[in-house]
Amino acid sequence: MVWVNALIQGILVGGFYALFACGLSLLFGVMGIINLAHGDLAVIAAFVALTLAPAAHVPMVWSFVLVVPLFALGGYVLQRTLLQASLNRSPFTTLLVTFGLSVVIENVLLEVFTSNGQSLNIGTLIADSFNPTTTISVPYLSLVVLVVAVVVLGSLQLFLSRTRTGRMIRAVADDREAAQLSGANYQHLFGIAAAIAFATVALAGLAYGMYTEFSFDAGTANLLFAFEAVVIGGIGSLWGTLVGGIVLGIAQQVGGQINPAYQILAGHLVFLAVLVVRPRGLFGVRAAA
Amino acid sequence: MPAGTLAAPPAPTAPAATGGWLVRRGSRLPAWLLAVLALGCLAVLAALPALVSQADTQLLVNFFVLLVMSVMWNLLAGYAGMVSIGQQAFIGLGAYGVLVLAMNGVPTIASIPLAALVAAVISLPVSLVVFRLRGGYFAIATWVVSDTAMLVISSVSAIGGGTGHAVPGLASLSPRAFGRVTYYAAFVVVVLAVGGAYALLRSRLGLVLAAVRDDEIGARSAGARVLRARRVVFVVAALGCGAAGALLAVSQLQVQATAVFSVQWSAEMIFVTLIGGIGTMEGPILGTIVFYLLQQNLANEGAWYLIIFGTLAVAIAIWAPKGIWGTLERRLGLSLFPLTHRVGPVAGTSRPPRSPGRPTPHVERGPGAGARSGP
Amino acid sequence: MTGTATPPAESAPVLLEVRNLSAHHGQLPAVRDVSLSLRAGETYAVIGANGAGKSTLLRTLAGLHRPSAGTVRLDGVDVTRLSPERRLQAGIALVPEGRRLFPSLSVHENLLVGTYRARPGPFHLARVHDLFPWMAERRNQKAAALSGGEQQAVALCRALLANPRLLLLDELSLGLAPIIVERIYALLPQLLADGLTVLLVEQDVGQALRVATHLHCLLEGSTTLTGTPDELRQEDLEVAYFGGLHLEPVAPGGAGEEA
Repeated sequence: MVWVNALIQGILVGGFYALFACGLSLLFGVMGIINLAHGDLAVIAAFVALTLAPAAHVPMVWSFVLVVPLFALGGYVLQRTLLQASLNRSPFTTLLVTFGLSVVIENVLLEVFTSNGQSLNIGTLIADSFNPTTTISVPYLSLVVLVVAVVVLGSLQLFLSRTRTGRMIRAVADDREAAQLSGANYQHLFGIAAAIAFATVALAGLAYGMYTEFSFDAGTANLLFAFEAVVIGGIGSLWGTLVGGIVLGIAQQVGGQINPAYQILAGHLVFLAVLVVRPRGLFGVRAAA
Repeated sequence: MPAGTLAAPPAPTAPAATGGWLVRRGSRLPAWLLAVLALGCLAVLAALPALVSQADTQLLVNFFVLLVMSVMWNLLAGYAGMVSIGQQAFIGLGAYGVLVLAMNGVPTIASIPLAALVAAVISLPVSLVVFRLRGGYFAIATWVVSDTAMLVISSVSAIGGGTGHAVPGLASLSPRAFGRVTYYAAFVVVVLAVGGAYALLRSRLGLVLAAVRDDEIGARSAGARVLRARRVVFVVAALGCGAAGALLAVSQLQVQATAVFSVQWSAEMIFVTLIGGIGTMEGPILGTIVFYLLQQNLANEGAWYLIIFGTLAVAIAIWAPKGIWGTLERRLGLSLFPLTHRVGPVAGTSRPPRSPGRPTPHVERGPGAGARSGP
Repeated sequence: MTGTATPPAESAPVLLEVRNLSAHHGQLPAVRDVSLSLRAGETYAVIGANGAGKSTLLRTLAGLHRPSAGTVRLDGVDVTRLSPERRLQAGIALVPEGRRLFPSLSVHENLLVGTYRARPGPFHLARVHDLFPWMAERRNQKAAALSGGEQQAVALCRALLANPRLLLLDELSLGLAPIIVERIYALLPQLLADGLTVLLVEQDVGQALRVATHLHCLLEGSTTLTGTPDELRQEDLEVAYFGGLHLEPVAPGGAGEEA
């Protein structure tokens, strides 16, 4: 029964990884940006909620109402300025710039918030769970995050396939010049894609802050997990990312069941194995070139 | 990719066919002057332990360690186009290599090259995995590999698990002797790293890398063995970072997994290279000097040196991608490590035109030659 | 050598005026000091060998390539510094070399992209489906799965759906079977009847002579010859197209290569 529980916990945490990863996937799919500061952005979101929600007298559970729009705006602005400037140089520059940002963000967070662990206090909600048997426990928070992840991925899919703007974002991703010839302002469309990516990473960061204690350097591990979910699921596939997140989550929970020290290692090993056996990932539409 | 430092020939035809132009490798400075400068630097560095304090010697060791790392990262990213964020994997392996060898009675100094070799050997199978990904995905994959290495090593209690382990062997030396031993070990590693990187870039392999950097598809179709060249650089960089990690273990007499496998090493080597000038031999040296000057002045300000240095690196990556040295080099035409091939007139001192608006030199046009159209 | 197309009246207003345009690829000049002017309703063909600078000229006119000198005016308005998307809104549409459909989008989605910033005008989806009924039937097929000729048709329709005033066509015939090329060019009279002005680039001189009201020959980026199909002699055209030892500059602003 402990294994069934590990499986269920793995699926639940997989939803969280997918929520984390979809912004990473979107930025890469549309602009070709690998955002190495992705994990740190989520941690910023958690710290912003920590600071802003009490000040605005908003219950922590509702902090996303403040943080998500703020992040969407920040994403648009950052894309139109720093990220576009580095894209204009080369993808290589973008990689170095986002890595630099990541280090700067972590150290600024360290200076401002110290190295103490923090958490977003949502009261008793954190402990409420659904217990079908004595060994299986499904926390409502995890369930909500999984549902949010599925809803976000579904909406993103609908947005990209059914709306005018979504279609143009895909067109720009396919062939930027040809899209410009049809009237696309690619910098604006990139900005919209970044706004969406930042909004999702803010959601992921808030979920993370409610789940667990976080500190300034939590972004790194989360970046690696999100990246592993994307590669395991297959680069370029949104639903693949969900499956990748679940596979990673199960691997970690099963590894942790064997020995708590092996939790993260098991995830890494599954990722490396996928890379060796099936570099396109489970549902990959293209190789990770 | 930053633009290559290979001076682009001003005409579409091969320089040999232009008659009026000559291609030669080199700096504006004469070779004998460069040799004298190099020997002078080596002599001063060799004499330093006798001239400076114990604390400064330790500082210089740290300086050498970061310099070796930066030279290696510059080889990877600046010349082979591979952004690795996982070089700390090999730093950690080098450090733990020294620890394990020393625990088994190998003389500590002898363990440095052996530990570096261990890192290089391990990098070969690692390359088989991470080379399946390109660009940014390669970068994060190297990071995952280093995290994996750290987790595996942390789980081995015989070498201290997560808490770390003291390196036996050198603790019995007097502080002064210990300082000298570590200094000269680091000095030798630096000379080998810089000299080796320079020799590598002047070899055929260096030419392949330069060709790939300017035009990968063109280089491939011209028969360049790109993958092999990249793999050689990856292994060499692992060797160098392994040696740097080994030096860390020896100079600190203590190895702890989260410290030696910290991504902060990657941050420092990347920032140093970007600021000094990526894709130039001089860049990492200049960058490491700037880094230490800044760090010494901000020593009491906590993490601020990394914030300032990181911001500077980001700004330089965007607005001055050749870094301090690259910018100077272009202004002055100076090069301390001549790698680029210059095109110049056979006689006279005028340089080839650079701006597109100015007329190109007279070129005999073959029947098929002409302006290209299309992208 | 006579074209079948009827030239517009002398009194037709000038739609496109290009003066002393130069463009570079890095340090390589691709277009050198080219001037041309198109009256509304004209079918203007730029011909030249591979590498003559034709595509760069069109890309520069569409705003994809920044000129190093010269001006481009559309209906008297200077558009030289406008981005491609602003030029589209001003009425310049380019069917790029190599079709450049969006491979991961369906046929229908490719067409919808064409309507993204459409001006008011005669072209809309229903009209396109009238012209090419198969585009309605195979609307959900991925563009990458189409044949070359079908892709060219979709690329043309994508540009038409924006309702441009000036249509730039880059090497429509490239890589297509002659019969397919024939069919696509057969549409041209309909487009002209709808008030479009066409500037096309062709490597196939015979094709250009058949459809154009005016020819403009480029050699290594420079104008070597201009005129109506009636005026031009075969020998001059050959020299202008391939270059030659006895070449002399013909058109104003055109510079002959040093011989």
